Amino acid sequence: MRALVAMSGGVDSSVAAALMREAGHEVVGVTLKLWSGPNGEAPTAGCCTVSDAEDARRVAAQLDIPYYVLDYTDEFRDGVVDRFVEGYVSGRTPNPCIECNRMVKFDRLLGRLDEFDSDVLVTGHHARVRFDGGSWSLHRGADGAKDQSYVLSMLTQSELARTRFPVGDLTKAAVRAKAAALGLRTAAKPESMDICFVGHRDYRGFLRDVAPEALTPGPLVDAEGEEMGRHEGIIGFTVGQRRGLGVAVGEPRFVIRIEPATSTVVLGRRHQLAVHGVHLAEITWTAGAPVSGKVMAQYRAHGDPVPAALHDERLLFSEPQEAVAPGQTMALYDADRVLGGALIARTFA
Amino acid sequence: MIYLDHAATTPMRPGVWDAMRPYADDVFGNSSGIHEVSRRAKNALEEARERIAGTIGAKQGDIVLTSGGTESDNLALKGAVFSQSPRRGVVTVATEHEAVLETVDFLRRFGLPTAIVGVDHQGAVDPESLLNAVDANTALVSIMTINNETGVIQDLPTIVEAVKRHEPEVLVHTDAVQAFSTEPIDVDALGVDLLTITGHKFGGSKGAGLLYVREGTPLEPVLHGGGQELGRRSGTHDVAGAVGLAAAMETAAADRARFRAEIGEIRNEFEKRIVAAFADVVVNTPDRARSPQHLNVRFPGVRNETLLLRLDRAGVAASAGSACQSGASEVSHVLEAMGLTPDQARESVRFSFGWNSSADEALEASDILIGLVEELR
Repeated sequence: MRALVAMSGGVDSSVAAALMREAGHEVVGVTLKLWSGPNGEAPTAGCCTVSDAEDARRVAAQLDIPYYVLDYTDEFRDGVVDRFVEGYVSGRTPNPCIECNRMVKFDRLLGRLDEFDSDVLVTGHHARVRFDGGSWSLHRGADGAKDQSYVLSMLTQSELARTRFPVGDLTKAAVRAKAAALGLRTAAKPESMDICFVGHRDYRGFLRDVAPEALTPGPLVDAEGEEMGRHEGIIGFTVGQRRGLGVAVGEPRFVIRIEPATSTVVLGRRHQLAVHGVHLAEITWTAGAPVSGKVMAQYRAHGDPVPAALHDERLLFSEPQEAVAPGQTMALYDADRVLGGALIARTFA
Repeated sequence: MIYLDHAATTPMRPGVWDAMRPYADDVFGNSSGIHEVSRRAKNALEEARERIAGTIGAKQGDIVLTSGGTESDNLALKGAVFSQSPRRGVVTVATEHEAVLETVDFLRRFGLPTAIVGVDHQGAVDPESLLNAVDANTALVSIMTINNETGVIQDLPTIVEAVKRHEPEVLVHTDAVQAFSTEPIDVDALGVDLLTITGHKFGGSKGAGLLYVREGTPLEPVLHGGGQELGRRSGTHDVAGAVGLAAAMETAAADRARFRAEIGEIRNEFEKRIVAAFADVVVNTPDRARSPQHLNVRFPGVRNETLLLRLDRAGVAASAGSACQSGASEVSHVLEAMGLTPDQARESVRFSFGWNSSADEALEASDILIGLVEELR
């Protein structure tokens, strides 16, 4: 099999490439150049810095596989950064890393597999793909704490058919041990946590730079609509946020809703964060067929799944949930198998 | 591997490394020292300088040895502008190498007057628009002899003469990095004051180049220090590099007639086969004077990033435009200056032939290329 391995410069994709090579496949490594700042500068944080590309190049050389850097800056700007900015400007809480996986790493790279004369795309995600003879299925990775099936929950059947996650069967510790055994320079490399195009800065600072027009001042109101203060723009806020609200009242207040049309940020008490269900949009039936009824629902990358019931595009939680925001991804599970993935269009109390 | 990227760099010519080796080994002396091992190094250095000067019709004292093309371009531009002359402006052309354009941008950021003149669809600069940008403030005009991406040859003697007639005190620099294999370089015939050459483009080692500085040309150094190179470029001499540069220049100059005829024919045959294979293929510089080494060609509907990757997998080395630090390809500023859209520039690939290119290899490469382009469309 000819495998195109997306190498970020981290330990997981390094080991993914090594495992494909050990299995006897013909392997080509690629790193996607995703972002450069307004003046062409490379990112210094996140998963895609110049030094990360250098690590990927060195690992590829050690594994004796061809390695290339592909220019995906246009796709990344259009598909990820612009959507991220647009999402925040519209009062949603987008997850750019999920968009990047979906729009760039999978959609755009899978679309070019034939061009690159490759059969499958390989990444270092902690998840598992299985084929039961009739259809493909996506499962949580062997390491529960590192599982990334949530960010992959919007992959389609045809995408899963051309995708492999060789480290999904390993714990993170086993991945590092494998890298160390092979003498890979990335064996002890820390994980990237920042959003790559934001860098070490606060993402609100980034949004202020790239979308200053969205800095429309507006009111901070309580749930009854009474003004509690003013703010300089809704892009400073996200649902569930407690700190930095700029209002001083005795009891803790949280952002419970954002109304972009009027630049209004609605504050409430903790119990007012409770959400009983959500409307989903852009549903992908990862497992191949639409499902309804009882599911396990996960709405944060590292959150626990909660019981819920799905009726068409309406998902009702068995227990009310806090800090569920429009724009987040909702992954639906049956035990460790991903049934589907969607975006949260709106919430209801 | 079939290597068709000689405009990027070349393998060393036979004899060059042998000539250099003693000065990386036994004769390791610092050419500024007084003892024997240093005297021998100094002798080798000055003998090399004399031979280098002889290949471009220059005097020995006019040769400033540098680390290569980028340093020479920097020294020419900054050196002229920072010299005592009241003139502080620089005029150059949009298709120049980054070593010139980025230096001009640096000078602009320091508040100096700079101008970048455009080119026509064939990559040629119009002497009239160049002259319009040259005024009493202009210290230097920089214009390359042969473009690295397209092989376009500028009409340098005519341009130099026009500039000198227009403003006699303006210095003219040319980056001749791509020219030495194929063009006789005579600094008096060209009429330039400053000229850049680097050895690795024609079979020398990397890291050894020169800036020709016409006698009497005011030049402030970029590297200040021990005062080597008559104060124009400080730093301990790379004697092995200088000896290798001399050997490569003499070998390349002696091989020039064969190179033009044989390598030119190989390039032409390669081009003919590709143009015949596809109705819509576009040679980006078809009509006017072009180096016999270069071919810049566009395959509509095929992204150059993909084609270059597939060519590499098939054992053919070629390139496109310039690459950023990470190695990702970027849209060619040269092709954009010639009026191509960014998408058209992304469909363009450069094949460049060199001293050891063979007709058989070129034939095989053209078959591989044609097969890949057919598959990718």
